[in-house]
This record gives sequence, structure tokens and C-alpha cells, in this order.
Amino acid sequence: MASVATPPGTEQPVFYDLDPHEHPPGASTMLGFWLYLMSDCLIFAMLFAAWGVYGSAYAGGPQPRDLFDLKLVAVNTAMLLFSSLTYGMAMISGDEGKRGALLGWLAATGLFGAAFLGIELYEFSHLIHEGAGPQRSAFLSSFFTLVGTHGLHVTFGLIWLTVLMVQVGMRGLEPANMRRLQCLSLFWHFLDVIWIGVFTFVYLLGVLR
Amino acid sequence: MADTRSAAAHDAHGHDGHDAHGDAPHGSRRGYLIGFALSVLLTAVPFGVVMAGGVAAPVAAGLCMVLALVQIVVHMVFFLHMNSKSEAGWTMMALIFTIIVVVIALTGTLWVMYHMNANMMPDMSQMSGGM
Repeated sequence: MASVATPPGTEQPVFYDLDPHEHPPGASTMLGFWLYLMSDCLIFAMLFAAWGVYGSAYAGGPQPRDLFDLKLVAVNTAMLLFSSLTYGMAMISGDEGKRGALLGWLAATGLFGAAFLGIELYEFSHLIHEGAGPQRSAFLSSFFTLVGTHGLHVTFGLIWLTVLMVQVGMRGLEPANMRRLQCLSLFWHFLDVIWIGVFTFVYLLGVLR
Repeated sequence: MADTRSAAAHDAHGHDGHDAHGDAPHGSRRGYLIGFALSVLLTAVPFGVVMAGGVAAPVAAGLCMVLALVQIVVHMVFFLHMNSKSEAGWTMMALIFTIIVVVIALTGTLWVMYHMNANMMPDMSQMSGGM
């Protein structure tokens, strides 16, 4: 019985690497930030679901057809689309090591983003002034929550953009700054993707109802 | 002795693989401009159809949704540089998982809430008032 088993100590030794691997700084940042964006995507999914449920509960109040100005929304969409293009140009300038061009494109992105926010705030104040504020009906509550959350994201994106412009101005295109710019790039383009859903499901389909 | 040397060798080997997927995919000017042109087209058409009117509402709504879906894919490819290789495929895995969760949450919510609404008794408020 015992003769069949190999005597102890003669089998091939197996080695296990128990020490934690050393990671270069920031090696997992992009994946981590992508996972954050996916969780953010779930927030917007639930707000879209709320819009889908409440979007036609007008409580006898104004309807999308009476309230939404599609020309304004089209201009707004153009602003966000331009800002996506200018951010892409900024990243390419950064990869080429052109700091001045990078800062210029970032400034252009910031201006388009600010224009988007300005138009959105004008639209909100106009609606509230007309008595179509978030407390008017479930339709308007879900509208302000969904579009407002997107606008809040753009606001934080603009703050982040300004901080990064200062950092690039002070410390140049070091690897840490390029990594941060890449994260903001994902964030900014992600917000444009969410906006596609907003202008389609909220504005266009709302007016068609 | 042999133990530590082998572990060190393994560690060094593991590191070679790490640097390879450290850098994120980059776009080109041409890629961004193609994505931008496609996005302009895919935005202008639905806005034009709805603002001009004349197209039956269900048809226009269907067209808007299809074009939005196409534009989301365009943005994913040309602006967010999604591909199945970055971060050893984990970004794509996370995206697929997210899409599955989003689809379940959206269809589930709309389905359940639509039926809740449709199956409400017409005069529920009066009935409870009479009790």
C-alpha cells in the first residue's frame, strides 16, 4: 500500500508567489475610472426608467409639446458635440507634447461646456417662470431630476477641467497629468453619450407624444 | 534559496505583461473628425424629422430611437475608443455587464409599472373613501 505512494520530498516542488505584485503608479486608474463610469451609467439608467414611468403623468398641467423649444435643444446638443470634438483635439495635442495647443483646446472645450450649461439654466429658469417647475407634475419632477443630474455632471466636469488646466500650466505634461486628462476625456465623452439618450427620449419623443 | 530565486523570476515575468496594457488607446484627428461628422448627421436627421413634422409619430419615434442607438455606438468607438483589447478586455466585460443590468432594470421597470397602472381599479380612491 505504502510502496505505491512517492516518498516525501521527491515530487517536483511547487512555488507560490505570495508577495503582492508591484504596480507602477496609475496602472489601474483607467480601468477603475471606467468602472466608476459604468456605475454612473446605472444612475442614469434608473433616472431614465423614472422618466419612462412618470414622463406622461402631467397632472392636468403643461405637456412637453407646450414647453420644449426644440431649436434651443438643438443648439445645446451642438454645443456638447463641439466640446467633445475639441476635447479629442486637446488629447491629441497632449499626446504630441504640445502644451499650448492642449491648453487652447481645453479652453475651447470649457467655453462650449459653459455655453451648454448657460442654455440649460436659461431653459430651466424659463420653465420655472412659466409655472412649470419640478413641483408641478410627476412629468416635470422626473424631467428636472434627469436633465438636472446630467447638468450637474457637466458642472463638475467644468470644475475638473479648470483644475486640470491650472495643473498642466504649473507642472506641464507629466504622466500623472496625462492620466488625469485621460480620465476627464472618458468622463466628458460619457456625458455626451448620456445626452444622446436625453435629447432622444426626453425632448424628441416627448414632443412627439 | 531556489525558492526565492524562482519567485523573483516569476515576478519579473509578470511585470512584462503589465506595461503592455498600461497605456490607454488613443484616437487620431481623422478618427475624431469621422466620429464628429457621423454624430452631426445622426443628430440633425432626428431633429429635422421631428421639427419638420409630416412623418407619423410612431415612425418618427422609431427612427429617433434607432438613430440614437447608432450614435451611441459611434461615440463609443470614435470618442471613447472602446475595443475588446484595452485593459485585457476588462473594460469590454464591464460594459457588457452594465448593458445587461441596464436592459433588465429599464424593461423590468417599464413593464411592471405599465401593468400596475393598467390594472388599477378605476375608482380606487372612492372605494377607500367609502370604507
